[in-house]
Amino acid sequence: MADLNLRQMKKNQSGIIASIKVGGELGLRMREMGLVPGTKITIQGRAPLNDPVALRVMGGILTLRNNEADHIMVTVDDNDTREPGA
Amino acid sequence: MKQNIRMALVGNPNAGKTTLFNTLTGARQHVGNYPGITVDYKEGSFTHNGQELTLTDLPGTYSLTAYSVEEVVTRDYLVNEKPQVVINIVDASNLERNLYLTTQFLELGCPLIIALNMIDTARDRGIEIKAEKLSDLLGVPVVPIIARSGKGTDELISQAILQTAQPWQPCDISYGEDLDETIIELIALISENNFLSHTYPSRFTAIKYLEHDDQILQKGQQEDSKTAALLEAKVTRVSDHLLKTLDAYPEAIIADHRYGYIKSILRQGVQTHSFDTDRLYTSDKIDKILTNRLLGPVIMLMILFGLYQFTFAWSELPVSWLGILFGWLSGQVDSLLPDGPVKSMLISGVINGMGGVLGFVPLIMFMFLGIAVLEDSGYLARVAFMMDRVFRIFGLHGSSVMPFIVSGGIAGGCAVPGVMATRTLRSPKERMATLLTVPFMNCGAKMPVIALLIGTFFSENKAMYMFSFTLISWMVALLAAKFLRSTVLKGAATPFVMELPPYRFPTLRGLAIHTWERTWQYIKKAGTVILGISILLWALMTYPGLPAASLADYEQQRQAITSSFTSDPLAESRSAAAEDISEGAQFLRQQILTIDNQQSEQALRNSFAGRIGIALEPVSRLAGFDWRTNIALVGGVAAKEVIISTLGTAYSMGKVEADASDSLGKQLSRDPNWNKVVAVAALIFIMFYAPCFVTVICIAKEAGHWGWALFSVSFNTFFAFLLATVVYQIGTWLG
Repeated sequence: MADLNLRQMKKNQSGIIASIKVGGELGLRMREMGLVPGTKITIQGRAPLNDPVALRVMGGILTLRNNEADHIMVTVDDNDTREPGA
Repeated sequence: MKQNIRMALVGNPNAGKTTLFNTLTGARQHVGNYPGITVDYKEGSFTHNGQELTLTDLPGTYSLTAYSVEEVVTRDYLVNEKPQVVINIVDASNLERNLYLTTQFLELGCPLIIALNMIDTARDRGIEIKAEKLSDLLGVPVVPIIARSGKGTDELISQAILQTAQPWQPCDISYGEDLDETIIELIALISENNFLSHTYPSRFTAIKYLEHDDQILQKGQQEDSKTAALLEAKVTRVSDHLLKTLDAYPEAIIADHRYGYIKSILRQGVQTHSFDTDRLYTSDKIDKILTNRLLGPVIMLMILFGLYQFTFAWSELPVSWLGILFGWLSGQVDSLLPDGPVKSMLISGVINGMGGVLGFVPLIMFMFLGIAVLEDSGYLARVAFMMDRVFRIFGLHGSSVMPFIVSGGIAGGCAVPGVMATRTLRSPKERMATLLTVPFMNCGAKMPVIALLIGTFFSENKAMYMFSFTLISWMVALLAAKFLRSTVLKGAATPFVMELPPYRFPTLRGLAIHTWERTWQYIKKAGTVILGISILLWALMTYPGLPAASLADYEQQRQAITSSFTSDPLAESRSAAAEDISEGAQFLRQQILTIDNQQSEQALRNSFAGRIGIALEPVSRLAGFDWRTNIALVGGVAAKEVIISTLGTAYSMGKVEADASDSLGKQLSRDPNWNKVVAVAALIFIMFYAPCFVTVICIAKEAGHWGWALFSVSFNTFFAFLLATVVYQIGTWLG
């Protein structure tokens, strides 16, 4: 188990949100979409230019820009080495 | 007769709110508007077992904070209008997140009923929800429905009517020890001073203070600044404490507890999953192709190009029918009325003006239909997702791509539907920047002018120049957006946190209502204003007429030519078609036409528009434009098509049609006032100066303020003139 910045996660990698350190409107928009500590997320994929990123959260899909994803730390399983596309 | 019941419909975007609204009210709906803001709300009425009901469709939101107009509108409507019952539609396949909004209605205390939508989709995904159990735990009725087919909606309305007897009863959700204590203290202070209690429940106010809600804080300051200060002090104290001990903002803790509350309910046997929650659904499989990093952009270009083709190619026929209709109307007026100012005004002012507005209608209908399909199917969100990285560089949003394309990103679009397409953007600053820069694109009306100038002065490399000018329009529009976003529209990017809804088949009813509603709004709003403006413009180009002496002079010239012929060719020239008449008659006709054209030129030169053109010459010379060009450019503000016809009149060439302007081109190439450098300067100016009036009106309507329309006219004209001057001066200097 290790904490990773969301930006560094690979496609199809899953983890549990450990912390979100941002207030204001961005913090609110993340929370109202279900991005709160304890929530499980999976990287669904990235846009053609690698940014934004699409996440699977609570049965829906959300998109975030990379600089927004930087505020989110995720606890991932070290053994989770599924290949992209698997 | 039972009293009319007022109900409001609320819920997350993509939860099926509009579908339910359409199913319940059918075509009996109308669009309302809040003064000063652009968020529409729709109202519809229907009867249920003899009971009259009015349903208000509020904007889709995820929360009830004060960050976006949609949220403020929803919140204000609920507390000010106090609907008798609020229907909260939630997506059963995405229950946990949808209930986040529900908790906020519970805290507000309005009589609530939950419409548990898309139970079929949820079941397909292996999600089973026990509605009764959920209802018991939340303390509000829950009715499973399928909004698309109407299943369960009768039961929903029956239950909703029963709920109207309920008083407002805020529900308490615990936010943990620290906050709960503070909330109790805040509530004590609030009730003691009757603080904002005429509008909001005390607990709601207390929570909004903890969330640093700007609107409530401001209202509090206005109503009772002493109590407000006390409340703020308490909130600051607890915030500091929480930051120190838990490293978290109060609003984050509140959100955590709301989710905690939801989870605790769902875990009590309300929701069961029969598959792995990470399973790939059909929608995800489609996404694997449509948002694929290589295939995705290619398919997107094809789809956008298809939309473009659909809008502009398919609407060509109805547009030409309207053209024929208005041409016929002009003809009728022409033959029925005697020559004079009334006839001239009816034809040039009223019919051409209305024709200008209504001519866009098929275009707008097709464009909105196309966009409605992309929007309702969920693809538009994917376009925003793929394009965001590029558009963000210029301070815009991924969703800006659609308005740019429609406006002429692929040469030949139209800024009117483009401006209206900015409605799909939810971020206010990015939306405004898009709105103000899409008129820079090369719309279909600018194309003939661009083609004329390129054909005349750069005939050797037409295609290359056409392409370059399309690229220049993109560059300038995007850079202008960047400029606006760093000056008048300065501010951090609106968060991109956005939902990619599952792909769905749009419903026919939804598409029809969507398309018609927006088209009708356009006809109503643009139609009324443009009529006045086109009459004004007609007057500018007609008055004052030529002095009597000058008119007599032209008449005399005509007489002189006519009398030099025998009566034979004269009668012939009046009656027969051009091909059949003798040489003498043709010569006579030519002579008279030349005099007529000279008279039109003199009349135009003498009119207010002409005087403006001449008065502007000292300034416009900086960019290389003479008075003739100036008049044409003034006329072009009505509609860019007018530029060619006005230039024709100014060069005493009579009526020049936009699609047959070769002779005008020859005339320009002979005029010493024109050369390649002037042509480029003129092209640049025409591409970027004030948008046509219909666009300006749409900008005013979409921005919600005439100030922005004025800004657009003056900023664009100044900016275009600056560019044209730079081009002309440098070009002339280089020779």
